[in-house]
Amino acid sequence: MTEKARGSTFGGLLPWLVVSPAVLWTLAFFAAPFIAMAVVSLTLHEGGGFSFANYQQFFSNPSYYQALVNSLEVTLIVTVISILLAYPFAWILAEQIPEKWQRLALILAVLPFWTSYVVRSYSWLLVLAEKGVVNNTLLQLGLIAEPIQLANTRFATVVGFVHFFVMLLTLTIFANLKQLSPSYRKAAADLGAGPVRTFLHVILPLTFPGIMVGAFLTFVLAIGDYITPQILGGNNELLMPQLIMLQIGRRGDFPLASALSILLMAVVTMAYLASARWLKIERA
Amino acid sequence: MTMRSGIRLASIIYAILIYGFIFLPVATLVLFSFQATLFPIPPFTGPSLRRYQAVLSDDRLTSALTNSLFVAVISSAMATLLGFLAAWGFARFRVPASAVLRGLITLPLTVSYLIIGMGLLVLFNGLGFPKSLTAAGIGHVVINLPLCFAILYSQMGEHQANIERAARDLGAREWQVLLLVTAPMLWPALFASFFLSMTFSWDEFVISFLLTRFDTTLPVEIWNLLRSGLNPKTNAIGSLVFLVSIAFVFLFELALFRKPRS
Repeated sequence: MTEKARGSTFGGLLPWLVVSPAVLWTLAFFAAPFIAMAVVSLTLHEGGGFSFANYQQFFSNPSYYQALVNSLEVTLIVTVISILLAYPFAWILAEQIPEKWQRLALILAVLPFWTSYVVRSYSWLLVLAEKGVVNNTLLQLGLIAEPIQLANTRFATVVGFVHFFVMLLTLTIFANLKQLSPSYRKAAADLGAGPVRTFLHVILPLTFPGIMVGAFLTFVLAIGDYITPQILGGNNELLMPQLIMLQIGRRGDFPLASALSILLMAVVTMAYLASARWLKIERA
Repeated sequence: MTMRSGIRLASIIYAILIYGFIFLPVATLVLFSFQATLFPIPPFTGPSLRRYQAVLSDDRLTSALTNSLFVAVISSAMATLLGFLAAWGFARFRVPASAVLRGLITLPLTVSYLIIGMGLLVLFNGLGFPKSLTAAGIGHVVINLPLCFAILYSQMGEHQANIERAARDLGAREWQVLLLVTAPMLWPALFASFFLSMTFSWDEFVISFLLTRFDTTLPVEIWNLLRSGLNPKTNAIGSLVFLVSIAFVFLFELALFRKPRS
């Protein structure tokens, strides 16, 4: 344990003085809103006393809980595809590219990460639109006779998400691969393992924590995102965030929107608890 | 063909494909921002700069851009300041219930922006606090404070604590220690916190969307443009935002990763 000073000035008030602004801010603008939301979720849009009607409505109305099912499906698909695409890419950047080019290669790989999130989804709309780049190219090559519908589908939502999360996961997995000591590889080679066995039995298990952290991040960010499904998926199929925004936008139904938000948060919390033992977030 | 060169060839092909996937939308965006005709779809009819002229003479977009910068700078400064004070307090003093309070401060990191925005909307609606840039700025401090706190708290090491002790022994008052010793020692972490907050605030959409009305931020204004469907003007503003973000990243690289003078 390190020796910590006690506040000498202000009669021991100093620690409180420096810590309280952040604590109070979080209480006022994070905890209080959450409580307000919880309270409002138990009221009704049309007025009346407290009830669980909003929650009951969610579970009894198929089109509502279908949104949650859609969200979970899309998020799961996105997480799996992103990891499968990003892992080999991160491995190539870390192992196959000469050391002095790695930094540049990585910066290039995540450059579009820095475009505006809204603009990035719009860019995919340009690519996937009825007369967009993909359809145009396929038509010119004679591979298709009619434009295929790519935009406003679940496929488009998944592509938009995967694009973002491949970049994110490449960063986390690359960092993880670079942290591995080269002696593991040497030891495996000395013990007679070929490159494939070394990878499967040494490298892959050692990078598993990095993959899990990345997967969890992907899950949390994707399931709560409104922009990508709204721009690319359209309204053919609703995901949870779209359903929530719909209550606010069209009907001003704050109670139902609050209840849906709390349900979404509960799902994320459950995912966190389920994966907590793999998520060792360490302090430097 | 040996296995090694086989892996190498496969690696090259795979890397090219992934780079292609990553850059396809951005390249399309930028290319068709120079489109001369009405729709940003093939064939390319440019190059023309008229969309950029349209963007720069659009008052709504330019004022949204100023609003965004304003909100980003103020909310990031606020988040960095609150995070710094709290990190210093928790790292250097015995604070009762320290673990619980630290957990509370970092908790918003695990909650979607949408839900943070919804909560603030419900609260402000109940209190009669109007939708405004201030409301959005408050939300941006909420999302960035845990990040700044985590970064700065992890950088408060024993080494710095010793130097602070030395300063106290030499008669410095607490505020002098904080301002003249701790802050300068931690400037890379302070800069990183501020910069990261800036980029998150600059790009944040859903909180601003829920909490602003007439005066709004750039991502929301771009969102409004999207209602008109595919439009080269959106490409132009998107490309400009991309350019600004790249400039940010470049500055960040220069400031934090330039070789230390020996």
